[in-house]
Amino acid sequence: MASIALKNVSKSFGGREVISSLDLQIERGELVVFVGPSGCGKSTLLRLIAGLEEVSSGQLLIDGRDATQLPPAWRGLSMVFQSYALYPHMSVRDNIAFPLKMAGRDKETIERKVNEAARVLNLQDYLDRKPRELSGGQRQRVAIGRAIVREPVAFLFDEPLSNLDAALRVNMRMEIAALHRQLGATMIYVTHDQIEAMTLADRIVVLNAGRVEQVGSPLELYRRPATLFVAGFIGSPRMNFINGAEASRHAATTIGIRPEHLSVSTTAGRWQGKVSLAEHLGSDTFVHVEVAGLGAIAARAAGGLDVRHGDTLWLTPDESCLHRFDEQGRAIGA
Amino acid sequence: MASTHNGATARLMLSPAVVLLLVWMAVPLAMTLWYSLHDYQLLMPRGNEFVGLENYVYFLTDPAFFQSLANTLALVMGVLTITVAGGIGLALLLDRPMYGQGIVRVLVVSPFFVMPTVSALVWKNMFMNPVNGLFAWLAQVFGMRAIDWLAEVPLLSLTIIVAWGWLPFATLILLTALQSLDAEQQEAAKMDGANSFARFVHITLPHLARPIAVVILIQTIFLLSVFAEILVTTNGGPGNQSTNLAYLVYSQALLRFDVGSASAGGVVAVVLANILAIFLMRLVGKNLES
Repeated sequence: MASIALKNVSKSFGGREVISSLDLQIERGELVVFVGPSGCGKSTLLRLIAGLEEVSSGQLLIDGRDATQLPPAWRGLSMVFQSYALYPHMSVRDNIAFPLKMAGRDKETIERKVNEAARVLNLQDYLDRKPRELSGGQRQRVAIGRAIVREPVAFLFDEPLSNLDAALRVNMRMEIAALHRQLGATMIYVTHDQIEAMTLADRIVVLNAGRVEQVGSPLELYRRPATLFVAGFIGSPRMNFINGAEASRHAATTIGIRPEHLSVSTTAGRWQGKVSLAEHLGSDTFVHVEVAGLGAIAARAAGGLDVRHGDTLWLTPDESCLHRFDEQGRAIGA
Repeated sequence: MASTHNGATARLMLSPAVVLLLVWMAVPLAMTLWYSLHDYQLLMPRGNEFVGLENYVYFLTDPAFFQSLANTLALVMGVLTITVAGGIGLALLLDRPMYGQGIVRVLVVSPFFVMPTVSALVWKNMFMNPVNGLFAWLAQVFGMRAIDWLAEVPLLSLTIIVAWGWLPFATLILLTALQSLDAEQQEAAKMDGANSFARFVHITLPHLARPIAVVILIQTIFLLSVFAEILVTTNGGPGNQSTNLAYLVYSQALLRFDVGSASAGGVVAVVLANILAIFLMRLVGKNLES
């Protein structure tokens, strides 16, 4: 297992800078998730680490050794691609064995390692099938199998679950988490899905327009977002942002309050408004309330709350959970 | 009820095409079979009597037959080898981004649009001519004896001429196939430690297996009946050195005016082409499945 360090790394495509002077330290055995909206540079960053793109300037260290100029195969990393990138004409066995074959390992070792990987990933019954005969989840496992047989110093995942349906995604997410515990491997995982990021990560790196917005554990990001962007990106449903007089009262340009930190009442409270939409999920009810002077505010209420479009509601923010931001969108105090 | 009605309508709608095909194919084939069993010589009209399989015996025991058969196979194999190997090479080169890509691609494809008679004459007179040809001049520059291509290596010369015309076809199909190769597969192979040669062997070639099979099948069909190039360059000579089956049938029919044995030759050629087709389908057809 290796640590990976990025020092002042930049990447431009034809004059357009997509990653600008980025510093990042990833510790051994850590599962780090790069998360951000599409086009934020998270996939590019992963490809820079993998060696599939060349770094424009800066340094990449793997276990303290300079790997900036190393070809991909020499970095000792494995990557799982969004499209799985399985070799369609090879059986599952040959797909998993391919990196070992390329490394010139002997037949016995290859056989043993492929069987071992198949056992870990529950693929024993599919070894002689072709990728096209497998379901999405099985293909995903083959791609992971191909990654683990090399015994890489770190795993790279490029949105590996985005082609799976919702139920399978939850399953595979747990499998990847289990694999991480089992192998104790350094993993870098790219996703645009903040729920995947929150559930999997030891640490999350939130990227926006080629810059690191904030690095921290999932709960740190949730509790103390450093910027407006992180505050809006982490947490579901999104945090409510309020500008104007109400914000000035708290000596801030913008204040933010999460839907779960608003208490909802049908009788009394701080802000009065009309329900524009009530989403009854059973366990919770999400109400969207139109508050005069503040705009639309989302709040989470108990599942039993029986309100409809047009009803009047009162919302009261939990002052201790209020986030304050200055003009540049940076968090104040906290 | 509806389905039988539809079936009848469908058959009715299909019938013009079917009738046309039958008239187009079955009638000439039947006539060829008929002539092949008769003594039908344009120079000696002797009443076209029925001679049984005599024309076949005559055609199959003609020493020119075996040579033309060998020549046909050699021509097909030679052109296939050059076009498939060259086509892969050119397609790999053209797949890379470069300056002036569009124009280069048009230029590479253009030989396919030159009609065989024209291209063969250009090759014959401008390249392979032992006095005025470019190759003769090149040989002279290096102090070598000029080769009279069409006289000394007629079959090789023909192979080169025909291959030049078919290379764009192979290149075009293989290039299209290359462009559909998933870039992530290549990147995955890179991460897996495959160098460019290993990537070519393990990723690119298997991906090209199907288009290569298509190229081989289609080209074989057309290459079995190469004729124009032979007619305007060597006329099958010297001797029978560059005569293939198509040309042999032509020479029987329109040089010796022996319609009977030419028809027998035509039937033999059809049978041989079918044998070859079955053989080919077995060999490369499994690539076309799934």
